[in-house]
Amino acid sequence: MHILVCIKQVPDTKIIKIDPKTNTLDRRGVPAILNPYDTHAVEEAVRLRKRYGGKVSVISMGPPQAVAAIKKCVEIGADAGYLITDRAFAGADTLATSYALSKGIERIQKEEPIDLVICGKMAIDGDTGQVGPGIARRLGVPPLTNVKKVEEIDLKMNKIKVHRKLEDGYEVLQSSIPCLLTVEKDINEVPYSPLPNMIRAARFQPQVWTVNDLENVNREQLGLKGSPTVVGKMFSPPKPEGGKRIEGTPDQQVKQLVEVLFQEKRELFVKGGA
Amino acid sequence: MSEKFDAIVVGAGPAGTSAAYVMAKAGLNVLLIERGEYPGSKNVMGGVLYSHQMREIIPEFYKEAPLERPIVEQRMWALSEKSVVSGGYKGLEWAEEPYNNFTVLRAKFDQWYANKAVEQGALLINETVVTECIVENGKVVGVRTDRPDGDIYADVVVLADGVNSLLAKSLGFHKELQSNQVALAVMEVINLPAEKIEDRFNLEPNQGATIEIFGDSTKGILGTGFIYTNKDSINIGVGTLLSGMIKNKLRPYDLLDYLKNHPMVRPLIKGGEPAEYAAHLIPEGGYHAMPKLVGNGVVVCGDAGQMVNGINREGSNMAMTSGKIAAETIILAKQANDFSENMLDTYRSRLMESFVGKDLKKYKDATHTIDKYPVYLNEYIPAVNKAANEYFTVDGVSKAEKQKKIMKSFTEGKGMLGAIQDIYRVWKVMK
Ligand SMILES: Cc1cc2nc3c(=O)[nH]c(=O)nc-3n(C[C@@H](O)[C@H](O)[C@H](O)COP(=O)(O)OP(=O)(O)OC[C@H]3O[C@@H](n4cnc5c(N)ncnc54)[C@H](O)[C@@H]3O)c2cc1C
Ligand SMILES: Cc1cc2nc3c(=O)[nH]c(=O)nc-3n(C[C@H](O)[C@H](O)[C@H](O)COP(=O)(O)OP(=O)(O)OC[C@H]3O[C@@H](n4cnc5c(N)ncnc54)[C@H](O)[C@@H]3O)c2cc1C
Repeated sequence: MHILVCIKQVPDTKIIKIDPKTNTLDRRGVPAILNPYDTHAVEEAVRLRKRYGGKVSVISMGPPQAVAAIKKCVEIGADAGYLITDRAFAGADTLATSYALSKGIERIQKEEPIDLVICGKMAIDGDTGQVGPGIARRLGVPPLTNVKKVEEIDLKMNKIKVHRKLEDGYEVLQSSIPCLLTVEKDINEVPYSPLPNMIRAARFQPQVWTVNDLENVNREQLGLKGSPTVVGKMFSPPKPEGGKRIEGTPDQQVKQLVEVLFQEKRELFVKGGA
Repeated sequence: MSEKFDAIVVGAGPAGTSAAYVMAKAGLNVLLIERGEYPGSKNVMGGVLYSHQMREIIPEFYKEAPLERPIVEQRMWALSEKSVVSGGYKGLEWAEEPYNNFTVLRAKFDQWYANKAVEQGALLINETVVTECIVENGKVVGVRTDRPDGDIYADVVVLADGVNSLLAKSLGFHKELQSNQVALAVMEVINLPAEKIEDRFNLEPNQGATIEIFGDSTKGILGTGFIYTNKDSINIGVGTLLSGMIKNKLRPYDLLDYLKNHPMVRPLIKGGEPAEYAAHLIPEGGYHAMPKLVGNGVVVCGDAGQMVNGINREGSNMAMTSGKIAAETIILAKQANDFSENMLDTYRSRLMESFVGKDLKKYKDATHTIDKYPVYLNEYIPAVNKAANEYFTVDGVSKAEKQKKIMKSFTEGKGMLGAIQDIYRVWKVMK
């Protein structure tokens, strides 16, 4: 089974700030990391390879530095890596990103057919969760989003059974393969990588492609040109104001809080608001 | 058995990276293992990087390395509670190639430097802790890491794992460090706009200054304080012998707070925004505390070998030179296919002939003398301040009389002989 994982290098948003003056992301000194959801996507692919045999490839669209994120995937256990990088991709929104990625995937398909594509549920910088479904649509395969468990793959019958996370439970779904999954973080835990993987990753160089290496590409659909999204405004949500600060030891705080709740917010506990 | 390397280097600080760089450049198959998220991520240093030793490894490093400011002025402060006697040197030739030294932020510098070793062909692995050396038949043959399938083998292991090297200790090369052999240093990076730094320290853009502080920076325990200028931040810190800190029941941060609020220091950092805080040990045992540096299949470099000159705050340069000499020795050992202690001992003997060995020997008793005789910090520095005050105050007393009075203040309570003994003691260990 050939599994392809789409991975994105993102700024570590735990550290990133919005510059209050210019309302743009202040990326200075912010380390680039592998999108956390994508680490779980790669780990799931590695686990499926263990269960069903085969190969795990990863692809990323991004600047040359994104090689570091691909190496991270090799640490987790990926076998092959592809980076598509070109000025023509710059400024891509989700539409143009999924278009470019689908072209890269078609190129890989030609060399080695793909049975399963896995994406993260979302990227922690863009946060849209649109790229996965966008790729699925272009490849003409079913998208299964918010997957928290792959129960079974039947390679003979070309079937996959997954659990999709819902707000109030989960849904068990069966689909044909090839298909595309976007995965939740709780699908697995990513273990500490073994040393031989680390050494392989330190040596690893991905296959690097530019636009010219991709086939049947409509350049109008790439990068800024192919991106109808306009970011109208960006701002930090205002800090909540007002309220009451409760201070003291934990015990005192609990006592005070209970008092406040029962005396000032009685309506919360008394039916009918009396 | 897993793959075997020519050399495994533990620790991607200045010592380890220098060793890895030189060996990889000579074509050796080198694995560099670092426990931090990336090289430098946890490393702490006041920040003065010496150009000379760096140039011996990468001649034009200053054209590309992430450096903060070339230092054009080095000041020394003898600090008293409300006064300071200051001396120093400012030379604009230091603002030009090949420069004398630079301030650096280790998180950036170490990462850059390790990547240079990678460009030479070394393999770098981060986030991996070496837990022990693998010893077979009295010879170190590899290392064990904390990762699954974590054993890895090499002809030689270079231990550059920093102060308090647990790995050298587990080989029996040194005992538990004594609290009077290490200083605990705490420092803070304080963000401050470049123009403010240039105004307050009297600098042009792309010029830097350092201040070494003796006396009231450490509340009378042996140690020093420092203030270094980066591009748009200031490093400020104090280091004192761990023993003194324990004896006086001080917490590290108290000392730093004290220094930051000292009336001579406060105006320099006013309005700055604390960005990072770190604490780290500095080996201060010097020559006497140096462990065994060489064994069968293993060498020890840098702080792991106690190679710090505490008097002149030099450590990174000693680390680099020791890494370089170790690498050159291993390259020869590779040619001879002999990795015995006997062969590798060339490293130790060349190191001791270099400035590293010479300086460590020269200052071998300095720290202890000053530590044992608190008069230097508690009496002489305030006395020097008082003397300066006396001398410069215009109050109608003749200069000759002032000098007499000053001399008397130095010998007060101990007589001329006592004072001469004090001076001789310092001269002997510093000469
Ligand atoms: C605040 C903000 C500002 C933006 N500014 C601009 C702008 O100025 N101009 C513009 O054109 N667009 C802009 N974008 C959109 C664009 O940068 C998207 O972030 C990007 O196209 C991917 O979408 P996403 O990050 O939401 O990914 P998601 O759809 O959330 O990602 C889901 C999954 O898709 C896969 N994936 C996503 N991106 C890649 C990739 N590059 N390579 C491989 N796999 C990938 C990963 O598996 C990932 O887990 C902005 C978005 C936001 C939210
Ligand atoms: C506050 C302070 C100020 C200083 N100021 C100066 C100065 O201005 N100028 C100067 O030249 N020197 C200064 N020094 C001294 C200088 O920092 C050291 O001498 C120098 O860093 C020594 O380099 P090293 O490579 O031997 O060790 P380190 O720089 O400590 O590097 C050791 C590396 O090994 C890694 N490591 C440790 N154990 C393991 C393990 N088990 N497995 C894997 N990796 C491991 C560590 O993460 C680290 O990256 C200062 C020190 C301090 C604490």
